Amino acid sequence: MATRLKDVDAVMVGMGWTGSILARELTKAGLSVVGLERGPDRVPGNDFVLPTIRDELRYGRRSEFIADNSIETVTFRHFPNESALPMRRWGAFSPGEGVGGAGLHWTGHHWRFLPNDFLLKSQTLARYGARAIPDYMTIEDWGVTYDELEPHFDRFDKLCGTSGKAGNLRGTLVPGGNPFEGVRSSEYPNKPLKQGHAGELFEKAANELGYHPFPLPASNASAPYLNSEGVQIGACQYCGFCTRFGCEANAKASANVCLMPVLRRDPKFELRTRAYVASLIYDKAGKKVTGVTYVDLRTGEEYEQPAGLVVLCGYVFANTQLMLLAGIGEPYDPASGKGAVGRNYCYQTQAGTDAFFEDKFFNPFMQAGGSHTGIDDFNGDNFDHAGLGFLGGGYLSCTANGMQPIGARVFPRGTPNWGAQWKRDMVKWYGRSVRFATQGCSYASRNNFLDLDPTYKDALGRPLIRMTYNDTDDAQKMSTYLLDVCRKIAEAMKPTHIQQRPRPKLFHVVPGQSTHNTGGTIMGTDPKTTVVNRYLQAWDAHNLFVMGASVFPQNAGYNPTGTVGALAYWSANAITSRYLKSPGPLV
Amino acid sequence: MADDTIPRRRFLLGASTAVAAGFTPNADAQTPAPAAAPAPSNEPVTYLTLSALEAAFLSAVADTMIPADQLSPSGTDCGVVVFIDRQLAGSFGGGAKLYRSGPFRKGKPEHGYQLPLTPREFVGAGITATNDWVRKVHGKDFHRLNPKEREDALKALEGGKAELGDFDGRQFFDALINLVMEGFLADPIYGGNRNKAAWKMIGYPGLPALYANSIDEYRHKRYLVEPQSIADFS
Repeated sequence: MATRLKDVDAVMVGMGWTGSILARELTKAGLSVVGLERGPDRVPGNDFVLPTIRDELRYGRRSEFIADNSIETVTFRHFPNESALPMRRWGAFSPGEGVGGAGLHWTGHHWRFLPNDFLLKSQTLARYGARAIPDYMTIEDWGVTYDELEPHFDRFDKLCGTSGKAGNLRGTLVPGGNPFEGVRSSEYPNKPLKQGHAGELFEKAANELGYHPFPLPASNASAPYLNSEGVQIGACQYCGFCTRFGCEANAKASANVCLMPVLRRDPKFELRTRAYVASLIYDKAGKKVTGVTYVDLRTGEEYEQPAGLVVLCGYVFANTQLMLLAGIGEPYDPASGKGAVGRNYCYQTQAGTDAFFEDKFFNPFMQAGGSHTGIDDFNGDNFDHAGLGFLGGGYLSCTANGMQPIGARVFPRGTPNWGAQWKRDMVKWYGRSVRFATQGCSYASRNNFLDLDPTYKDALGRPLIRMTYNDTDDAQKMSTYLLDVCRKIAEAMKPTHIQQRPRPKLFHVVPGQSTHNTGGTIMGTDPKTTVVNRYLQAWDAHNLFVMGASVFPQNAGYNPTGTVGALAYWSANAITSRYLKSPGPLV
Repeated sequence: MADDTIPRRRFLLGASTAVAAGFTPNADAQTPAPAAAPAPSNEPVTYLTLSALEAAFLSAVADTMIPADQLSPSGTDCGVVVFIDRQLAGSFGGGAKLYRSGPFRKGKPEHGYQLPLTPREFVGAGITATNDWVRKVHGKDFHRLNPKEREDALKALEGGKAELGDFDGRQFFDALINLVMEGFLADPIYGGNRNKAAWKMIGYPGLPALYANSIDEYRHKRYLVEPQSIADFS
């Protein structure tokens, strides 16, 4: 029997980016807030320090900051008529665990989705007609526009100290930035990161081809920055230890660096770590939740935490699992296409190209995770899709291969993987190749969804999330198109060899790809097909809000974090300015 | 297992066979300088979890994948077997952070690892299965093969052509090459990459990796320094 704890005004389920943003906004509004975090606390100055943070084996290979699969994983199958098997170890994607969540071990690529992304269905219909959308494709508008979100994108930039160059400042195109981006109300907080030689070569080649190269925006601070919370962010040291690591320079933005120092001093906020939320307590008749139950993973004791407001701030899978287990909203049924929870699970359609240069050395260890150079010419609807046979696109970018040595084994195809010749090739090619990555969008299909697995259970005995996913034909065509652009740019850089890394026809859970899973509790305007309204408020429980990429109706051709942060501020603003004054449905 | 005393002794003494010290990576080093020798050690190698037979097998694998030459000492002399032993004896080998609930079913390759074995158990089972197969073909264990035979056997494993019955040889090969390469290239605190031999070989500078003040200067020229590792700053 769960021990019932004292009521609090609000409880955060998960303490990554969105949990910390909502906790901060709600305590500022006067609420008492408890943050429940399944993993351990992670504190800059203690957990990310020299020399131990520079350990590729510990963090890069043994995944210290990645969620523990023995506690929770997902099961996977390609198609609805198959049985699913568990991912026994993360591979393709790596959800986080502990304070900071996946936003602790991210790289720092910090984007805003395009204005068109938020109006995807209506603008596609208007421009290309209904026949351009394949029968299986279930794309939607978001119910919120870029213009509505812009002030919140801006706030998140200033929380993170993002580095970049505006391309569209208050409607004026600015040379050196991304000319395709939505209108920005202000310049980036920090100048762009310094580009390496690979970026220079890419920029020259892309310019020659008539494209519009720019240094990618990144929350790796190019200079010290006092952020919007009064927290000092440090300057990037170009160490190359971003992805899967914490930042000892406090230069890579995370909840740990940017917000937790403020929350830790806040008497209205209480952090409880190793607190694994087991269920939402749902009052179906009252259309509200009354709190959550959680297990203290240190002792196994179960607690009930009553709360006036519950905010789901977990990863995509945890948010969807909690909604399905609580029976909040109708589960999605792929056979009929009816229902909402679990619908429109999407991913990121990544592929790439490697280009090898016998006569160059790129010092690959000397760069930031975010110091890529890229183009946005082939993202979203930035280019005419008439006659192409697919929708959407993605940005593509270039950086030197091999920041760390174990992962630096990238060779022209045909090179042996071991032995005397491998050693000679390792010496010959180390530091002499560049990597192009295409960050393709992932548009929803009625056959890609999340539900509860009938067989496999997590550490609390609850059904795991079952993922049914494979790339759509449309995504594969889009990816092939982007790879062709990569090849053109790579050829213009005049390398010794070029090789493509196309998408496999069947999604593979082992090779590392992208922790950009989206959907399952999507936002929108129709309560029959979406789970939360435009303010991220659950249609079926007015005091339950859902954060993160699980609310994306489909995924755009960008890394998600910038949009996740903007949506969190947008929702927090609706809660504090409207909901708290008059609790009830906001739509 | 009297047969195994010789290879065991060989890698116990292996450190003494390597060549001269003092190799610093060189910008135009297409012709590499002689490889650094590991520091001679009088301490016996005592394994935490590997049996003598397993250690002999892994030593033979490590030295076939990373043979001694001008570029570096052998895999064993770089500490790769010590590294693997410590990894398998520790939390990773014990299956930490691995989802281990059943039922266990064979999936498609796209499902990844689906066996009930921990990494420690998997490596043990793989060694047994590989030696069984090698004995059928050659009449002796893998570590008894000559260098050419070892290479051919590893290539057969890698190509999925080794007849290991129900055991997936390619999956075992992937585990082996991952462990060997990690042992060769990881920070030396884990027992491999002795003397930073692999980092010297490729010209990886290691720590502290604070480049904000040097990125402009080295945009068009190679940055080469004597590598430093975690222990150098501890």
